[in-house]
Amino acid sequence: MKYLTEFRNGEIAQRMAQEIHARATRPWKIMEVCGGQTHSIIRNGIDQMLPAGVQMIHGPGCPVCVTPLKLIDQALAIAAQPGVIFCSFGDMLRVPGSQGDLFQVKGRGGDVRVVYSPLDAVDLAAKNPEKQVVFFGVGFETTAPANAMSVNLARRRGLKNFSLLVSHVLVPPAIEAILQAPGNQVQAFLLAGHVCSVMGYWQYPPLAEKYAVPMVVTGFEPLDLLDGIRRAVVQLEAGRHEVENAYSRVVTHHGNRAAQQLLAQVFEVTDRAWRGIGVIPQSGWRLNAAYRDFDAEQRFQIAGIHAHESPLCRSGDVLRGAIRPSECAAFGKQCTPRHPLGATMVSGEGACAAYYNYGRFISAEELAKTSVSS
Amino acid sequence: MCLAIPGRVEEITLDGDIRMGRVNFGGVVKRVCLDYVPEVEVGDYTIVHVGFAISKIDEQTAQQTLADFRAMGLLDAELAGEEKAFARAAQSPPSSCPDGSCTNP
Ligand code: SF4
Repeated sequence: MKYLTEFRNGEIAQRMAQEIHARATRPWKIMEVCGGQTHSIIRNGIDQMLPAGVQMIHGPGCPVCVTPLKLIDQALAIAAQPGVIFCSFGDMLRVPGSQGDLFQVKGRGGDVRVVYSPLDAVDLAAKNPEKQVVFFGVGFETTAPANAMSVNLARRRGLKNFSLLVSHVLVPPAIEAILQAPGNQVQAFLLAGHVCSVMGYWQYPPLAEKYAVPMVVTGFEPLDLLDGIRRAVVQLEAGRHEVENAYSRVVTHHGNRAAQQLLAQVFEVTDRAWRGIGVIPQSGWRLNAAYRDFDAEQRFQIAGIHAHESPLCRSGDVLRGAIRPSECAAFGKQCTPRHPLGATMVSGEGACAAYYNYGRFISAEELAKTSVSS
Repeated sequence: MCLAIPGRVEEITLDGDIRMGRVNFGGVVKRVCLDYVPEVEVGDYTIVHVGFAISKIDEQTAQQTLADFRAMGLLDAELAGEEKAFARAAQSPPSSCPDGSCTNP
């Protein structure tokens, strides 16, 4: 709890936590889907403010973590080609592929750039007509409108030298995959606030209904998270399973219509492989037929990529919420942020990295006592 | 990568056919696409993700969120320019966690 006192509203937070304590009569397992929320929870010690039985399970919502190794390898191969300017967000730079990372490609002479926005990459394409400019577009629904606009704009400007290496993943199918997994323990979800600010939350009531789980649209700040957890607990205790919006100052029911319109024009739903989880049907977006010529995978046709994952790594179980990172035998030993074996340790937003960076080590004896997985 | 940061719209311009704005994030000013928030005007607050405004918000919410994100050390990482982002990566050992939050020995 030492971090929370830094916030001006530490007192309100304490009161919210007290209400959760007063309400919770049974153990509950609640998943926050978004990696940004995982970090805020761990960093602010929110999980430690909760009653012993109320446990936060960390979801698959870190786009860096779930990006398949194969796609990273494709990115490295494209970025290494002469005549290519490869643009990415900063957080993809040190993500290791089978051989090195983008930073090393740059060290070997590749033109790798970090941009703030995909529009910067479009500008680069306009300014460098003799080069091929590729933008590495990974992310959830939040990032998709930016990528959609980049190809749309490239088309309107007649740019033939811009393409997207794109792999979007979608939250609702991931939630459904978690709920369908054998041994699922998740009883309620905190929905990612910023994903919902784009998509709204009209997609979720059928899921809440079908699987009888409460879902609460939640923000990223300590108070938002406590409020989301509180509302989830209240619903669980009452046996309700509704979709609630605890982030109404940012999120509306229908979301951002203008963004959704362009998304529908540019992308189509496709099966996606999630690193550590495997293929989830209909769980991602790719460029549709009308925009296929802007697809870097088509343009560069990189062949012969065989990615290998470590057999020790249990990031799939971590991402599904079946185990906590500290329950993986390699955690903190063979696997650290400096030498990550798996997706969830690679990214700063990943659950394993979050546990590591904020010192959440649990000894074997402690584990035996508090064992949560069966 | 999923974080959206609130800022105040200081200027709106048309860049060809898209609506762009200068948005101030507690002192750092960035060029931001406003096409998805046609209702936003100069002086309004909006939350911005990777250079795109996605939702209008009120001033109080914006200020609180900025203060919280700053306290959590998230603001600098999100708004860093190319050079800074590269410098951050250069300082971290190979295959470290990409957002630079790694404090491992
Ligand atoms: S600690 Fe490392 S090896 Fe274990 S699940 Fe997490 S990423 Fe994989």
